[in-house]
Amino acid sequence: MKKVSLEVNGKKVSKEVPDHTLLSVFLRDILNLTGTHVGCDTSQCGACVVHVDGKSIKSCTTFAADLEGTKITTIEGITQNGKLHPMQEAFKKLHGLQCGFCTPGMVMSAIDLLKNNKKPTDAEIREWLEGNICRCTGYQNIVAAVKEAASKM
Amino acid sequence: MKTFNYHTAKDVKEASKLASSNSAYLAGGMTTIPSMKLGLASYKDIIDIKGIKSLSGIKISRKSVKIGSTTKHAEVANSKDVKKAIPSLAALAEGIGDAQVRNRGTIGGSIANNDPSADYPSACIALNAIIHTNNRKIDADKFFKGTFETALKSGEIIEAIEFSIPEKSNYQKYPNPASRYAIVGVYVAKHKDGVNVGVTGAKSCVYNDKNIAKTLSNNFSSSAISNVNVSSSGMNSDIHASAEYRANMIKVFAKKAVEAC
Amino acid sequence: MASLVGSRVERKEDKKLLTGRGKYTADINFVNQTFAYFVRSPHARAQIKNVDTSKALKAPGVVAVLTGKDIADDKIGGLIAGWRIKSEDGSDMKVPAHPPLASDTVNYVGDHVAVVIADTLDEARNAAEFVKVDYKVLKAVVNTAEAMNSDQIYKDIPKNLCFDWLLGDRAKVKEAFDKADKIIKIDLINNRLIPNAMEPRAANADYNPSNEEITLYTTSQNPHLARIIISAFNGVAPENKLRVIAPDVGGGFGSKIYPYAEEVVCSWAAKKIERPVKWVADRTESFLSDCHGRDHVTHAELAVKNDGTFLGFKNETTANIGAYASVFATVTPTYLFGPCATGVYKMPAAYSNVKAVFTNTAPVDAYRGAGRPEATYTIETLVEKAARELGMDPAEIRMKNFPTQFPYQQTLVHSVDSGDYVKGLNKAMEVADYKGFEKRKKQSASKGKLRGIGFCSYFEACGIAPSPVVMMLGCGIGLWESAEVRFNPTGNVTVFTGSHSHGQGHETTFAQIASDQLGVPIENIEISHGDTDKGPFGYGTYGSRSLTVGGTAIVKACEKIIAKGKRVAAKMLEASVEDVEFSNGEFVVAKSNKKKTIGEVAFACYLPGTYGEVKSPLPEGEEPGLKETSFFDPVNFSFPAGSHICEVEVNPETGETKVVKYTAVDDFGTIINPLVVEGQVHGGLAQGIGQALYESCHYDGSGQLITASYMDYTMPRADNFPEFQLDWTCTPATTNPLGTKGCGEAGAIAAPPAVMNAVMNAIGTEISMPATAEKVWKACNKNKKIKSEAA
Repeated sequence: MKKVSLEVNGKKVSKEVPDHTLLSVFLRDILNLTGTHVGCDTSQCGACVVHVDGKSIKSCTTFAADLEGTKITTIEGITQNGKLHPMQEAFKKLHGLQCGFCTPGMVMSAIDLLKNNKKPTDAEIREWLEGNICRCTGYQNIVAAVKEAASKM
Repeated sequence: MKTFNYHTAKDVKEASKLASSNSAYLAGGMTTIPSMKLGLASYKDIIDIKGIKSLSGIKISRKSVKIGSTTKHAEVANSKDVKKAIPSLAALAEGIGDAQVRNRGTIGGSIANNDPSADYPSACIALNAIIHTNNRKIDADKFFKGTFETALKSGEIIEAIEFSIPEKSNYQKYPNPASRYAIVGVYVAKHKDGVNVGVTGAKSCVYNDKNIAKTLSNNFSSSAISNVNVSSSGMNSDIHASAEYRANMIKVFAKKAVEAC
Repeated sequence: MASLVGSRVERKEDKKLLTGRGKYTADINFVNQTFAYFVRSPHARAQIKNVDTSKALKAPGVVAVLTGKDIADDKIGGLIAGWRIKSEDGSDMKVPAHPPLASDTVNYVGDHVAVVIADTLDEARNAAEFVKVDYKVLKAVVNTAEAMNSDQIYKDIPKNLCFDWLLGDRAKVKEAFDKADKIIKIDLINNRLIPNAMEPRAANADYNPSNEEITLYTTSQNPHLARIIISAFNGVAPENKLRVIAPDVGGGFGSKIYPYAEEVVCSWAAKKIERPVKWVADRTESFLSDCHGRDHVTHAELAVKNDGTFLGFKNETTANIGAYASVFATVTPTYLFGPCATGVYKMPAAYSNVKAVFTNTAPVDAYRGAGRPEATYTIETLVEKAARELGMDPAEIRMKNFPTQFPYQQTLVHSVDSGDYVKGLNKAMEVADYKGFEKRKKQSASKGKLRGIGFCSYFEACGIAPSPVVMMLGCGIGLWESAEVRFNPTGNVTVFTGSHSHGQGHETTFAQIASDQLGVPIENIEISHGDTDKGPFGYGTYGSRSLTVGGTAIVKACEKIIAKGKRVAAKMLEASVEDVEFSNGEFVVAKSNKKKTIGEVAFACYLPGTYGEVKSPLPEGEEPGLKETSFFDPVNFSFPAGSHICEVEVNPETGETKVVKYTAVDDFGTIINPLVVEGQVHGGLAQGIGQALYESCHYDGSGQLITASYMDYTMPRADNFPEFQLDWTCTPATTNPLGTKGCGEAGAIAAPPAVMNAVMNAIGTEISMPATAEKVWKACNKNKKIKSEAA
């Protein structure tokens, strides 16, 4: 067992967990933050993307024990005082989601893109989203939503 | 996943002391963790070396670019210094995996793992890299031994990778449409004393295509490659690409790389 | 209040899904729950000689290890095939037993052998390694085309043949072919696909011993069907003691229409151990054991006159249905396939002959489009080949053979109520700038690329119903849909639908319909679905049926509400019922200013009588309350249609092929919410283009699944697509009051032939799906060789 102390969505958390606990398991099963999803075993689908110290990572491929002292942001943590994040707003406005399963990872990944590139082109958005698989939308409205968010952020 | 003991090493000495025949160093974990999840690997001890300050960072000199082993792909990709000294190396890092992999994955991890379709090994070959470990320096052409096999001894830690700055260079890859790993990646580098052509994805281990390299040493032009015979013997063949296709792609991508130099 | 039908209303369900507040089955936990891990067959075909669970039972945390013998001892029934298909000779189809846990034999890699139940998932998984299964490995049958001539898998099923089905008239076809100027022939493979909903399948079953009730949370497109199968066929619990809830579901695409072994086993095991049992598939399990799609080997021929007129069509197909006959496995390659095989054309004579074969691969069932993509791919690549061989323009040959009078009775089955195929194709050519293609081709050539253009004009039969027809064709259930519209006393509304939304946006589009019907603001309307304890029985969501069948049920229920409302309002307004009119949420007495809002009327229905200021007497004989139910069974399928035009660029040096321009002009009848419909088309196109260029399931010769993860199965990603250009034509359906036709499957139906016709146009050679870089490269090389030899 390993004691892990970190900050999740602005709240300090300290838990004793088995050494092999993945961050996705830590978030979903221990903190009940089930907005982070797990859609594959090979680190490719991106449904589990969260931010660690502001950078997007795949929570299914990171040990909780490895994140001592870090700040984690999940999909549950980007809404401010009940107001949707501009990226969430844009996804809603432009129908950038259907079943919603890939959406949390998609949104978290897209927010990180705009940190690195404030006005990405369509091609840059599509390339950045390489690590996020969506089976419903054909990506078109996701790309449109990311552009919309970029214009608002 | 089978459980293990998680250790965080303060320095290289402590890390190597913790190592055993049933342990693994953890840097980015981008290969180690998925293999453990799928039950392909299991360890008694996982030794996290990310916190060791001396292993991270980029140093540029007149002749070389030295990158600490736990430096992340994103750091290499975004490094102004690397972009200036060896732009193709930054571009290679930019093309590894996806954004999230680049935010976690490290150069040392990639090289120690020596996946036959990983990108960085081809850079090591093409750029005459020296692999600095905690006990010695190893030339890249002696480092990559076979599929997932390197010259590293049990418990040995890569500290840094030092790349020679070439006159010009370029890396081109054709990614596997599913995994996005290289089906074929060709790294062409022209040095004062000759040309290297690091090829990944095509065979069981990265290699220097001596035929193309020799041709380019005499005549550094894409048209020169047209006459080189790239044999498909010994090349990988799978559902995504036959050996014959890989052989063709090496030529096509070597040309592309030369043209982009 | 402005009408909402036709508006781009933002989805009501999105906020929850965007903030991580969705509740998918894997997010559901019960107190004291256990975790199930399935022991699966590593062999494609083997006899089970012995299963030894003794060591696993002693492992830490293990609660139970259950096997095929246990499930047989408890008399739990097997999984079922839902449609009974008869062969051409009149004999019934042959299907093997499909126990939820195998007892004697395993028949594909991933087949369920035992389940380990433990306190934690890690414990269950670790203990599963100690279940020792003694197999006698047998030679597997893997190849679709060779299945009939391979080893016999099941004792009672010679030639591995499930059925040999015929639709159409062979003699008439022969006559037509005898008169033809030219016979166009094609041999093709419709590549096997793995559906890959992003949410892996999951189940969590809770049993309450005090009332003997099971509550099963599951990833289902169709919870009512799951309940009736698990109850009536598997016999796990009586229907009134089984509640099935499909909460938020992360995509289905057909693969979640019916219950699988895991739901049956978890429900049964929960009852047995009197603790909740949770199972969540990992992605590898999903690859192995979700039902796959397509997998046809087809020979087809088209008889034509020199002027391009079609005279007749025949289609000989072998369809792989995998190791067992899954619920919709037998209808997919027959009645969902055969009737659509003649495409959108006048075809004086036609037949489709389908041999369905068993193999040692995962069961094959409905996948987005189910049968119709296979049919459309066959006819549309054949028509394009006919155009090439006759030297005609691909648009011209299509135009020549389109029916122009509707309703149009097709040769095989369908009577198509409405459509305008000429208009659709013309519009598609305009939007796609067909005229400018040659110029674009030259531009591509200047970059060393080969550019090709491909067409597809399709129609599909969807809105799957009507019950009398589908039951006559062998369906074991009716296929109507239900709705219950429930006014709450304070005037807001809950609508229950028997369909299920797992991405389609019903919570919004259905609310738009109810809002328009009732004049109640959309924010006061809630759509409820996915729980067998709420609302009436229904038949779920697949086959682009929800809006056309389920949406109409809502309209009908609303009409009943309004009829009752008129009677109540008449009493309240002291007028005669005939004089009361309803519009915009108000009951108005004709030629007067006397009116009551529907909210007031609803309130009156719940408070009938006089109480101080409240004066709301109900008419005599009228029951209190305001709630109406409708079960809608349409008289016909609905028939969306459209024309898609695709342009690809091929790099002949590498074979890399990219879709660079894609135009879809569809006729879905009335569109309720364009935002949602566009999304459905985009998603369908991505799956269709995926089939054409990227996706393919591979088993090796011994039946091992090679494409068992995203490392090897190519899931299309954002950078694989251009921006699609969408447009519409509209001929409303005449068979439902909304005029809707269905839109969910169109993209997946139309895209594969459009893309492949474009690829073949670019490289000038026939090529099979998926057109991977290597295949295209080889084809280009072959062409080069032929050209240089000729020169």
